[in-house]
This record gives sequence, structure tokens and C-alpha cells, in this order.
Amino acid sequence: MTDILQQLEERREAARLGGGQKRIDAQHSKGKLTARERIELLLDEGSFEEYDMFVAHRCIDFGMQDNRPYGDGVVTGWGTINGRQVYVFSQDFTVLGGSVSATHAQKICKIMDMAMQNGAPVIGINDSGGARIQEGVDSLAGYGEVFQRNIEASGVVPQISVIMGPCAGGAVYSPAMTDFIFMVKDSSYMFVTGPDVVKTVTNEQVTAEELGGASTHTKKSSVADAAFENDVEALAEVRRLVDFLPLNNQQKPPVRPFFDDVDRVEDSLDTLVPENPNMPYDMKELIHKIGDEGDFYEIQEDFAKNIITGFIRLEGQTVGVVANQPMVLAGCLDIDSSRKAARFVRFCDAFEIPLLTLVDVPGFLPGTGQEYRGVIKHGAKLLFAYGEATVPKVTVITRKAYGGAYVVMSSKHLRGDINYAWPTSEVAVMGAKGATEILYRSELGDEEKIAARTAEYEDRFANPFVAAERGFIDEVIQPRSTRKRLCRAFAGLRGKQRKMPWKKHDNIPL
Amino acid sequence: MFKKILIANRGEIACRVIKTARKMGIATVAIYSDADKHALHVEMADEAVHIGPAPANQSYIVIENVMKAIRETGAEAVHPGYGFLSENAKFAEALEAEGVAFIGPPKGAIEAMGDKITSKKIAQEAGVSTVPGVMGLIEDADEAVKISQEIGYPVMIKASAGGGGKGMRIAWNDEEAREGFQSSKNEAASSFGDDRIFIEKFVTQPRHIEIQVLCDSHGNGIYLGERECSIQRRNQKVIEEAPSPFLDEATRKAMGEQAVALAQAVDYASAGTVEFIVDGEKNFYFLEMNTRLQVEHPVTELITGVDLVEQMIRVANGEVLQLSQDDIQLNGWAMESRLYAEDPYRGFLPSIGRLTRYRPPAEVAEAKRAVRNDTGVFEGGEISIYYDPMIAKLCTWAPDRDTAIEEMRIALDSFEVEGIGHNIPFLAAVYDHPKFTSGEMTTAFIAEEYPDGFEGVTLPKAELGRVAAAAVAMYRVCEIRRARISGRMGNHERHVGQDWVVTLQGETYEARVEADREGATVDVDGQTYRVEGDWTPGQSLARMSVDGAPLVLKTDLISAGFRLRYRGADLKVNVRTPRQAELAALMPEKLPPDTSKMLLCPMPGMIVKVDVEVGQEVQEGQALCTVEAMKMENILRAERTGIVLQINAGAGDSLAVDDVIMEFE
Repeated sequence: MTDILQQLEERREAARLGGGQKRIDAQHSKGKLTARERIELLLDEGSFEEYDMFVAHRCIDFGMQDNRPYGDGVVTGWGTINGRQVYVFSQDFTVLGGSVSATHAQKICKIMDMAMQNGAPVIGINDSGGARIQEGVDSLAGYGEVFQRNIEASGVVPQISVIMGPCAGGAVYSPAMTDFIFMVKDSSYMFVTGPDVVKTVTNEQVTAEELGGASTHTKKSSVADAAFENDVEALAEVRRLVDFLPLNNQQKPPVRPFFDDVDRVEDSLDTLVPENPNMPYDMKELIHKIGDEGDFYEIQEDFAKNIITGFIRLEGQTVGVVANQPMVLAGCLDIDSSRKAARFVRFCDAFEIPLLTLVDVPGFLPGTGQEYRGVIKHGAKLLFAYGEATVPKVTVITRKAYGGAYVVMSSKHLRGDINYAWPTSEVAVMGAKGATEILYRSELGDEEKIAARTAEYEDRFANPFVAAERGFIDEVIQPRSTRKRLCRAFAGLRGKQRKMPWKKHDNIPL
Repeated sequence: MFKKILIANRGEIACRVIKTARKMGIATVAIYSDADKHALHVEMADEAVHIGPAPANQSYIVIENVMKAIRETGAEAVHPGYGFLSENAKFAEALEAEGVAFIGPPKGAIEAMGDKITSKKIAQEAGVSTVPGVMGLIEDADEAVKISQEIGYPVMIKASAGGGGKGMRIAWNDEEAREGFQSSKNEAASSFGDDRIFIEKFVTQPRHIEIQVLCDSHGNGIYLGERECSIQRRNQKVIEEAPSPFLDEATRKAMGEQAVALAQAVDYASAGTVEFIVDGEKNFYFLEMNTRLQVEHPVTELITGVDLVEQMIRVANGEVLQLSQDDIQLNGWAMESRLYAEDPYRGFLPSIGRLTRYRPPAEVAEAKRAVRNDTGVFEGGEISIYYDPMIAKLCTWAPDRDTAIEEMRIALDSFEVEGIGHNIPFLAAVYDHPKFTSGEMTTAFIAEEYPDGFEGVTLPKAELGRVAAAAVAMYRVCEIRRARISGRMGNHERHVGQDWVVTLQGETYEARVEADREGATVDVDGQTYRVEGDWTPGQSLARMSVDGAPLVLKTDLISAGFRLRYRGADLKVNVRTPRQAELAALMPEKLPPDTSKMLLCPMPGMIVKVDVEVGQEVQEGQALCTVEAMKMENILRAERTGIVLQINAGAGDSLAVDDVIMEFE
């Protein structure tokens, strides 16, 4: 009997060693941790329960029958992050290069099914050479099964992908359909076709890092939501993100004990908006000063910087923030910023995360560059996302809210619940100068007259009160008391119930 | 007494004067330029008058504009503060013409002391010690030696027309004097075409020590001890203290009496300062007299208990000085740190912008300690390019020098400034410098001790253990809070452990925490520390106590730890479980990119023009491009000779700090 028990330990030991010490050392020498080490860092100490440790592939072609390592290149199971349940799979590059076989995919599918059934997030750690060529179409079928589950789980449980090595070819499409993708600088890359194929087909010379490294995907393609220095930092930051997210779409976002004053007054916000309406200021200062403890988890920090997206907490509870950034392109909306914000708004709505929108938007970016690439439909994504969102929506206009962009940014007309404006705000169809040039075209030659007209327009419209008269602004608030007002606003919306008409699904302009 | 006074200044000094006026029941008028519409001094004054555009030469120093403000408001007297119009005889004259009192000395005294040569002559006549020297025709080397002997070695031999050290020699004996005279003369002739030579006493180990005097218009004058201002960077004072750690009672008395004699020789009536240079043997020589309130006057106020501004107002009102020399007792020790909006890590380049955070330490005035902060800015305010970059004067007082220094260290640790660069780390470094703490500094202190600029502070190992202990205790609080999030699996909660590994400043420590109700006992590599404090996550200032001694840390949360600022050091502190630490140790150390071959943008701004092109060879010092920041054009120059490899920005591009403008081969 003891022998049998002992045997289990021996088998476990063998499985835990993955591809063997040599390959583990090689993995370390690349600055990468092993699949199991990564799970250790991701989960609470000692909380990981592994499933399918002894799964091995069933391929008998190309001599594969002689090489059937335990685990088949992926470690799966569940554990907790700060006591909250999450399911996890972590591809093991030391075992057959982490390549995806039918059984490898089955293991992933099993825990995804469990996650959906039990209502807990799925976190995938990708470090794989791709499809297991020896298995041919079985491998592709495996990918397909995973994809289908990604799709079904979307909007049901949060799905997070952490790219910690290669992720190429069809393999990229599983992370692509998850809610967040994180990468590790210098040791991860993602692309549909690698540099060799690119060279053959298009004669373009490009390195893997340039083609699909962390910098490319956080700054240029927006495929990734953030990049971190190394595995350790990346996993710590995933833990931090999970603390903001509900476990599934039936739960409210988590609440964490907080040490901040709900009524905290920030006098310095009274001077945040410069006197000169054309001077930029940093919207992030406002975000930091209103959120609990100044804590802000930014999503897509390096892409479309004219809009800011991320999570804060108010009274311990998660709030998704979308904010125009006057420091970049004057905070205007364009294709990239609309897409970035739209996806974020939809994530929040799917998971019952209340939305805070901070508005300083002069309008949409003009030009052929935008129109040719379809700013109409891309801009509509954000509009659509706000309009369909049924979570609590609170808006603060700090300065400009002009034209169509005003309507888009969670206005009253899109069922904004509470729409605040600072006294410095200008809710208008456009800026004074542009407006007078249209309204008084005949007087254009006369500078004096135009100046007088502009002043007249500014007097009448460059303020929040015209909109407030119509009830489009619920209340004009003092900048310094913004935190207090927002805490109260969201507290008052905790019981919000709102349903959209039944439909199979909507038809957002993709 | 005056009913209303106008303060012809801005910033901290205007606020300072307003405070005393208010205490005396006098109404105040502030003046302000376009840039100061929302400034603190405007807020504090009873009335405020706009006097012109932002540049001082169009507002604060336009006599006519100030006079207009006086007429409009009916102010009976004007306090000029320092700088601006404070030593402008014409302004004093204009006031006199309209019967408005000038809270400062009579214009004759301003004029007499305003000229270096005249003031030195008057000083000599009044029996004040001046630097001995002979200016004029010196026949030959023999005469040079004779003069040098009379002055006493060492002497400085320099060309009358010279500057910047050219044609300058230091001689310590006859032989060197002879040689020095000859070579200086030759060099002067060839360099300047003027071979006149000037011999002066060379002051070794020079210190800058100044005497505060106070005189009324009835012939009474006293001195209020000295201030030592040797800590200067490029003639700009950085740290001042009173008294001087160097003077003895006899020297103090001699200097004080000479200072009063000089003041009375010019019928001085107000507060004034007589500056001396003092050598290593306590010989002192007159430099100049400042006929105004000095920036560093608070240290004198702290050790004498005299409100100098009040005295100035009373004297200007014609009152007889109520203080006699015997009333002036020097009590304890005071330190003053000047906080400048400048980036110490970038060659002290001025830094401007929005003060996103500004929280000075609380002011206290107790029997055994005092903290005073004279400031003219506030959180949310703007630091503009138009005026002096000094944003605050932080002073501490204690019964003795060591305690005053320790109070200052804690006060600096507690001073929060964000949004702009500031010199707090540099100040903190000086207060920990053994030459400073022992009081053995000269005016060359900064140039000698920081010849290559300031590169930050490395904490001594003894301090690291204390910081590590506090960090572990604080981190544990964060982790326990994290583990209390809602939605946990019942009975399967995360257990936050007691064992941690801390890394900071390249050192790794093993730590074990035993927490209790009052705090935690932390073992760091075998040494036990008792950590207490009510810090909670989100507080940017952690006021901890380690083994009963205060430890104030400026705190930001980072991944797996904190960024802590303490005693001028900027520390990345990681706190991990032993297993996390083990795995973290496997991570490759990523070296920051080599920027030595790049031209980085030193400030946020816009490229106005690029002067070079790719492939061009540039010489050291050659202009590479111009960046406009806040309406100022800054020319960026090549640090060394090289070839331009790549240019990443063009005219019109807006850049952030550290953006790469161009790269070199």
C-alpha cells in the first residue's frame, strides 16, 4: 500500500519536472519562468489545484508514440487570487515546445468549461511554439474547440491572456478573443505570420520583436493592453487587475476595504482647467485625485493616448473610467480612441462595472486620414457602446463638450444617469470661433465685428448653463468636490435596473 | 501707526510681510501681474491691484505702475520686500515726493551702499575691516613682494582688466609673489593689452557670514547676531543658518559693532545686512551691505525672537527702537533651506509647471522646537518662468545645531512637492554631509563636494535596515487588505504570511514580521526593529517610528512594493514572499538603454528648429536644435563630437521629457 502511495508522489514528481531540468534551465536562461512557476506567482501561495497532470497525447505518427510526457505541454487547474477563485492554464514550453495537440487543447477546454459552469475567470498563460505539426488537423481541431469556448465565455466570465513567449499563427486568435492581453517585454511576441513567411511573401525584412513584440502591440496595433518588464511583474499586475473584476457576469464588481475619505475635498482641482481654453492639462491628475487612494489601473496606456481608459475604485468598488486627454491631440475623438474606448465600455457593461466618463472633447479629428479609414463607423462604435450600456453611467464635463463628440461621451441623451459639469465647461455645438465664422459669414472681413460676435457667442454658449437649463446637465459642481459627488452618485445608482429590448444580439458597427 | 501699507512684491516675501501687517492691525495691498492673478499673496491681502503683464520689467519694477496702485488704494507706506524695487533709490525718491513712507532705509543709505567702490571706502572710513589690497601701478616685482608682505600671505595677484581667472595667481611667499607678478603681468599684457596688476589678500577657506543690523531714525542701532550663508551654488544661497557654527563671541561682537558703525555712518534707519567674508583664522572682511530685508531673515528671527518686518514698519513710522543691544540674546539654532523649482538631477535646470501636490510640513512653535515655512505657492498653483524659482523657505529651530539639523531632515522628508522638479533631495543630501554637520564648510562646499553635479543619494547601510523594516510592516498591511476583498471562497481565504524578502538599493534582506495591535516587531537579517505608525495604503506620507525614532517616508505603491523617498534617496523597495523573491531573482536585469549617444529632450516643449542633418559631423558645443518651452527658447548643444545617425523629431513636434530627439554614431 505505501508503495502505491509512494508511486503517486513519484509520478507527480516526474510530471512537475516537465521537460526536464535542462529545458527548465534553458527557459530560465531566456529570462522566462516555467509554466508551474508562473502559476505559483499568479495564485495565492499553496492554492493551486492541478488537473490532468498525467494527460499524455495519443499521437502515433512520426515516432511520437515514444515521447509521451506527462501533462502534454500545458498545466491546468484552479486556485485563488486573494481568496477569489480563478481557473488557469499555463503552456509549458519545456514540454514539446508547449505545442498544441488535441489532448493539450482538451485540457484547456476542460477548465474553460468548469470556469463557465462555476462562474470564475479564466487566465491563460501563453508560451507555445504553435500547432503540434505531428498531429495535423487534430491540432487545428483543438484550437477550434478553444476558440469556440473563448467565444461562449466572452461576457460570461472575464478572460485574461498573458503572453509570455511565442504565440504565433492560429494560436493568436484565442488570446485575441479574450478580454485583456498582457505581454512581457523582450520575451514575448504575437503574430499571424512570422518574419520568415513575411520575407518570403512580401520581401519585407522584419524581426520578430518589430513584427509582434510587446512594444508593437501596445503602441501600434493595440492588440495588447499592457506590457511589463518581466514575468514576475506581469503576473503581479494580473493579480492586481483581477482584484478589480467581478468573477462573472452575474456578480457585482468586488468591494475592497478602503482607507480613503469619501468626502475628500481636493482644492487643487479648482485650478486644473487653465484659463486659456487652448492650453492642455493632464486629465490623469483628475483621475488620480478622485479615485480611492489615487489607485488607477490603466488599460492601453500607450495606445490612442487622446483617450484614457482604466479602472479606479470609489468607496472600494470598481468603476471603469473613460476620459478625454487634452494633452494629446487636444483630447479629440478619432478612429483609434473611439475603438479603444468602445471596447472598454462594452467590457464594463458586460461585467456590471459602473462607468465614469470625464469629458473634455473638442470634436472628432478631421481629415482624409480619418474619413478614408472609416471614422464614421469607428466613431459610431463608441456611441453605440455608450448607448447600449445599462450599467450606472456618471459623466463629468470639465471643459469642452462640443458637437457630436459631446453626444457620444456618455451624454444625457444616451441615458447617462448623472451628468455633472464643472463651471469651466462649455457645452456647445462647436467652439466660439468656428461658430461665429459660420453664423456671421457676411461679416468675416470685419475683424472687429467678428471679435464682438465671438465674444457674444462665448458669453451665451461657452458655459454649462444652456445645457443645464434644458436638464442635459443635472448639476453644475465645484471641481474640488468632484470625488464626493461621484461617490454619492454611484452610491445612489447601486440599485439601478435597466433592460434593453430583447434581441438575439445587437449589430454594433464592427 | 500706518493704517494701510502696500507690498511692492510677490511670492513668499509678500505673504510674509502681510502676516506681520495683519498681526499689527494694518490693512494690506498686494500688487500683481497677469501671471499672478491667482497667487497666494493676492489671496492673502485685503486689497489687490493689477499692475501689468507677467514680465517683472513690465509690472513689479515699473515705478509708475506701483505709484499708481499706491494712489488708487491710499496706502500710507510701502514695503518693498527683497529684489524688485527694494534697493532702488529712485523708487524711494518717488515715494518721498508723494509723502508715502518707504519701509526701508533712507535713499542716501541705499545710494551709498549701492556702489561697491563707494561702500568699501565708507566702510574703511568707519573702521570696518576690508580686504587689504593695492590697486594701481605696481612698478616691479620688488614692489609686488613688498606689498605682498605688507598685506600678508597668501595674496592674490590679478590683472586689473582680467576676469575668469585669467592672469590670476595665488602667492604664498616672496618667491611666488615675484614669479606671480611677472607672469600675471605678461599674461595681462598679452590677453588684455593692459598690464596693470592688482594685489589683494587671498582669503583662504572663505565663509560667507553676514550681520543683521537694525537702526532707527533717532540714531539708535543694534546688531542681531550673524547668519552663515556659505552653502551656495553659483553665488545663489541654498542653506543658511544662525548663528554661525564658526564664530566665537569676540568675533561676533567685533563684526556686529563694525556693522552697526557702518550703518550709522550712512544714517541707516531700517533693517539691513552687512556681509562679510571670513577666513579660516576668523579674520573677517567687509563685502557689501544689503539695504533691505534679506531672504534668509527668518533664521535671525527664530534665534532672537524679533519680528524684523514689524521693526522695519515701526522704524519707518518714526518710532524709537525699543530694543537695546542687551535685549538681543541668541537663543538656540535655526536652519533655513531654500526650496527651488529646479531639477537637481539635470544640472539644476529650472523646472516649471503645475504643482499637482504641495504639502509642506506643519508649522510648529514649541519650547524645544519650531518649524516655519515661508511660502508663496499652493497646491494646484503654477510655477511660471517669469520670477525667482524659489518656492519656499523651510526653517527649523531647536536648542542646538545638531537637533535643528535633525528637525530639518524630518521636515524635508515630510515636504511633499509633485508636478515640478525640486531640490529637496539635494538639500537632504547636504544635511547628511559630514562636512556640513561638523560645521566645516566654506563657500566652495557645493563646487567641491558635488563637482559633477548631483546624482542622488545612496543611503548608508544602517539606514537601509530601518527602511526595510518599515517597508515590510507597511507592505503587510497592504497585503492583508488585499486578502479582504469581497467574493472570497469561504474557508479558503488567502493567508498572508510573516516571512518576507526585501530588496532595496541593491541589498536583499530576509525579514520576519510579528504584528500586534500597536505595530510590528520586524526582524531584518537578525536585527530586530520595533515599527509603529498609523499608515494606511493610499497615504503618500508614511509617518512611521522605528525603535522610537521618527522615520518619514514619501510613499508610492509599485508592483510588489513601494517607491520610497527618504533623506534625499529615491528607493525602489520590493517586498516579496521568499518564493516570489526566489523566482524574481531569476529575472534578467534589464539595463536602461544607453542614452549617452542620444540627444534627449530636457523638458516638455516644442521643437522650433533642427540645426543639423543626418550624417553631419558635429563638434562639442555645437547647436543641435532649439526647443521652445513656456515661451523660452532653449538651444540644445552637442555634448561631444560625433556624427548624427538619426533625427527623430522635426520643427513643430511636441516632445515630452526624455524623448529622443536625435541619435549619434
